[in-house]
Amino acid sequence: MSTLFHNAAPAQPATLARRILNQGRYEAGTMLRNGEQLVLMVVMPLLGLLALVFTPLLDGMGHPRVAIAAPGILALCALSTAFTGQGIATGFDRRYGVLRFMSTTPLGKGGLIAGKVIAVLVSLALQVVLISAVAAFMGWRPPLIGVLLGIPLLILGAAAFTALGLLIAGTVRPEATLAITNLGWILFAALGGIVLPAAKFSSSLDGIVQWLPSGALGNLMRAALIESRLDLWGLLVLLAWGVAAAIAAVKWFKWN
Amino acid sequence: MSLPTAGSTVRKINAPGKAPNCFAYNGRVRKTLNPALIIRGLIKDVGPVPALDGRMKRVVSNISLTAHFGQVTALLGANGAGKTTTIECAQGLQTRTGGQISLLGQDPETADAGLRARVGVMLQDGGLPPAARPVALLHHVAGLYATPLPVDALVDRLGISEFADTSIRRLSGGQKQRVALAASLLGNPEVLFLDEPSAGLDPASRIMVFELIRELRDAGKAIILTTHLLDDAQRLADYVYIVDKGESVASGTVQELLQTSTESLRHRAMTFEASPRLDVTALLRPQLECTETRPGSYVLSGQLEPSDLARFGSWCQRLDVMPTSVHLASQSLEDVFLAISEGSMPQAPASSETNPQTMGIS
Repeated sequence: MSTLFHNAAPAQPATLARRILNQGRYEAGTMLRNGEQLVLMVVMPLLGLLALVFTPLLDGMGHPRVAIAAPGILALCALSTAFTGQGIATGFDRRYGVLRFMSTTPLGKGGLIAGKVIAVLVSLALQVVLISAVAAFMGWRPPLIGVLLGIPLLILGAAAFTALGLLIAGTVRPEATLAITNLGWILFAALGGIVLPAAKFSSSLDGIVQWLPSGALGNLMRAALIESRLDLWGLLVLLAWGVAAAIAAVKWFKWN
Repeated sequence: MSLPTAGSTVRKINAPGKAPNCFAYNGRVRKTLNPALIIRGLIKDVGPVPALDGRMKRVVSNISLTAHFGQVTALLGANGAGKTTTIECAQGLQTRTGGQISLLGQDPETADAGLRARVGVMLQDGGLPPAARPVALLHHVAGLYATPLPVDALVDRLGISEFADTSIRRLSGGQKQRVALAASLLGNPEVLFLDEPSAGLDPASRIMVFELIRELRDAGKAIILTTHLLDDAQRLADYVYIVDKGESVASGTVQELLQTSTESLRHRAMTFEASPRLDVTALLRPQLECTETRPGSYVLSGQLEPSDLARFGSWCQRLDVMPTSVHLASQSLEDVFLAISEGSMPQAPASSETNPQTMGIS
């Protein structure tokens, strides 16, 4: 056994692409094996979709229920995975020193963040496939241009919510991250205009909601997937939230 | 190869006027190449601290050290002395306030993946995700290196196989420690940082881990470890830096620290047990005291010399006393450490230390 270290090859990092892909695969696997995360990422959005399609909540808007519900539920998937799921996972990784240890390996801090982004995108892709299949089964037929517009907007939304989730995970204790991101999920989902178009219910609520990242992403997705239209205001608001959260996260994120 | 502790021969081979570049242990010469790690005048402030009205707290004020390949270099100090902060600055995990650090010739704060691959780190708190399973995690970390050590061999070597598929949160402290050590070794690093490596280890794991550390040293690695356990330093370290209140206050091989300190630290003691209330006057001489701490238990303390033992023998014979136990306390690293911490040994700034093979009560 004494040859274990004597005859070994000198230390060298794997290539950058391999390090990041390895980390992304590992993080995605960890997310998808976690039961609580699966409830948040799959069960809740599916239940939301079914509730909206089988109740008259969205009636009177000039479109089939599923056509209004599906874009909002896809936006909810980005919120679940990027904000709540990744926020909580990162908060506890930070508590247990995982972030510090991994940043001493060839992966480094940049690779760690890149791995998390990949994990979010992989999980989100699986959610999109699942939700879209169920919605299609219930009669959803989005226009092709709308789909091509919706995919990059959903990725942008995931990026903005990842930045917000990491900002919270990197600045407060993991228990507080757990509370804030779960509460945030409930408020954004119920009142934040992500699933339900706020304009339908109250104009004063809509006045607030259109400034929120949740309302912006919900409106962007509905405009794209119902009317094949780019909601410029929503895009500006979402970009502003994403950039501000990313700058704040870079500035205040604590690794330990 | 044995450690340069009591009983083994430590000898410096220094060409006059030239920095020493090799060391002999029991006759075998080990080359020490360029230093793996050089720290000079490290300063680290943390904060702002609310208890200090929002001011910064200086946790490291002046630490200098050099760690060589093929040696175990220990930072010895009480909890809170600044050991972990020092090695985290050396690992690039914390940004320093002042001073210089050269790790494998580079500044650790701007370390690239190439440098990080050559440095293994075992953190004090492990840094392992609780939900992960040890072997799966090790395979993942191995994937970050171009030519990692075989995971299976390392798993066997550290006895991880027996809990290979148990999630990390269910492992004992010692088991976690072994997984963290394996993770730090996967890349076959040239420099290895171990923060309190024996914390939480049961006696069998401790022997296993210590043997591995010696093996790594013999393979030419530079090993830098922190410990608050004097026994660890005495057993493992080729070179010790004593850290106190954020400063490196003394350094040397264990033997050098013991030898040099004997001039200022001659407090030895002999304890013996015999019948109560004996007349011990005949044992005494100036600067030697004898007290009966409890009936029949005596402590003879002071600067003991061989003649004191001879006098003790003839005293026993004359009084027809057969002690039930006699114990001679020899000086340990603990005495040195305590003496330095209490300020009874001379101290000076450590920044002039350039030659780690030369004893420096600095």
